[in-house]
Amino acid sequence: MLVVQDQEPDPMLPRRYRVRSTWAELAGVTSVELTPVDGAAVAFRPGQFNMLYAFGVGEIAISISGDPAEPQRLIHTTRSVGAVSAALTKLCEGDMLGVRGPFGSAWPVAAETGRHIVFVAGGLGLAPLRPAIYHVLEHRERYAGMTLVYGARSPDELLYAEEIKTWKSRFDTEIEVTVDHANPAWTGRVGVVTSCLDRALAGIDPAMVSAFLCGPEIMMRFSVMSLADAGVPPDRVWISMERNMKCAIGFCGHCQFGPDFVCRDGPVFRHDHVAPLLSMKEI
Amino acid sequence: MRIHGIEEILSEHPVFKAFDKETLELLAGCARNEHFRAGDRIFAEGDPADKVFLLRHGDAAVEIATSERAPIIVETLHAGDVLGWSWMVPPYRHMSDARAMTEIRAVSLGADCMRTKCDDNPALGYQMFQNLLPHMAVRVRALRMQVLDIYGTKKG
Ligand SMILES: Cc1cc2nc3c(=O)[nH]c(=O)nc-3n(C[C@H](O)[C@H](O)[C@H](O)COP(=O)(O)OP(=O)(O)OC[C@H]3O[C@@H](n4cnc5c(N)ncnc54)[C@H](O)[C@@H]3O)c2cc1C
Ligand code: FES
Repeated sequence: MLVVQDQEPDPMLPRRYRVRSTWAELAGVTSVELTPVDGAAVAFRPGQFNMLYAFGVGEIAISISGDPAEPQRLIHTTRSVGAVSAALTKLCEGDMLGVRGPFGSAWPVAAETGRHIVFVAGGLGLAPLRPAIYHVLEHRERYAGMTLVYGARSPDELLYAEEIKTWKSRFDTEIEVTVDHANPAWTGRVGVVTSCLDRALAGIDPAMVSAFLCGPEIMMRFSVMSLADAGVPPDRVWISMERNMKCAIGFCGHCQFGPDFVCRDGPVFRHDHVAPLLSMKEI
Repeated sequence: MRIHGIEEILSEHPVFKAFDKETLELLAGCARNEHFRAGDRIFAEGDPADKVFLLRHGDAAVEIATSERAPIIVETLHAGDVLGWSWMVPPYRHMSDARAMTEIRAVSLGADCMRTKCDDNPALGYQMFQNLLPHMAVRVRALRMQVLDIYGTKKG
């Protein structure tokens, strides 16, 4: 029987997890599946993140990229950009690490039933969206439609490429993948996410769209403009923000974003709540 | 199978659908149907830009050749898109290669014919540029995002 517990009593105390398996996703990007050493698996909502502690190196925020219906398979996808993320991408089966969480707000997909869900992802931004995509795919009959627009730099930097193919093979989803440039062997689209999004939106009633965006901030800013131009209601657009974190529970102020703390009030925000801040420089 | 007349095809194309019947008849005089098989070269860098293509079905790749490695696809175009801008501005030469990625059905408009009609009828020329410019603007904006290489940083 699957035993799942809600969040840890002491959110500052890491719990020990063991690496069940790891696999390379892309150059410099690795996924790990973790299993708790003491206690049960912890339930999470799509879009939430954990603080992963590489012993002796440090602790960083990493989104949960697995299926919320299978919390016992805790999956994270990490790009190596510095000391801690590099240590996380080098973990091997059987290694131990500390986990605090899950923290933060979630993609409100479960509340958006009856609507046409549009996911817009750029690069590694597909990882925090994947739990929400799983949710919609598992409950597809509850939604009017599902479209994923995903952009990456080049074909060999497409995350979860094999899985995207299986999503594409379903007849009840629209999956549009585009890359910034490619060699002639590539048979898919080349162009920016916004062009692809404009095209995808052309066939959908904008009033029915609920959109979830995750990726580079510039991409999200321009995609929000495309959604607005198409007539998608401003209160139906959510984005995920990244800021460096320390405590992850709204104590230290490290992740402050205007009046909000990304760890506590985000990382998922309704776009119209943070739009004025997004257009400000260096906030 | 239904045969579409050139005027009808133009009237359904995003760039030309705003034109009135009379103008479409005038432009249809410059137009002809085109068909390419997958892999066909549509035009090459340096070729005279003597046509503009309105894609109806299929996908085209715009490529830049490099001496050190395989050509790079910088953009793909699809049904409803316009392929080829160089006919609008001197020296009227293509600045890239274009290749059919799939079978393509298109309508081409002869550049000389179009330019002559626009010169003879400046109101038509103005309307033409007004309709084409937004499409060019979208492409220039997209190009800016590509140049920024946004996936090279942060979450990308
Ligand atoms: C809510 C949230 C969710 C996140 N989810 C993921 C995830 O699913 N997968 C993932 O790989 N990363 C994710 N990140 C980003 C991750 O936390 C950072 O990459 C990490 O903090 C870098 O720590 P480091 O010690 O490895 O590198 P540092 O030594 O802290 O930084 C090394 C270099 O990377 C740059 N850098 C710092 N932060 C980031 C960042 N956010 N993205 C890219 N470069 C950065 C620094 O400017 C520096 O140049 C998330 C961040 C937040 C806030
Ligand atoms: S990380 Fe400390 S307040 Fe957000």
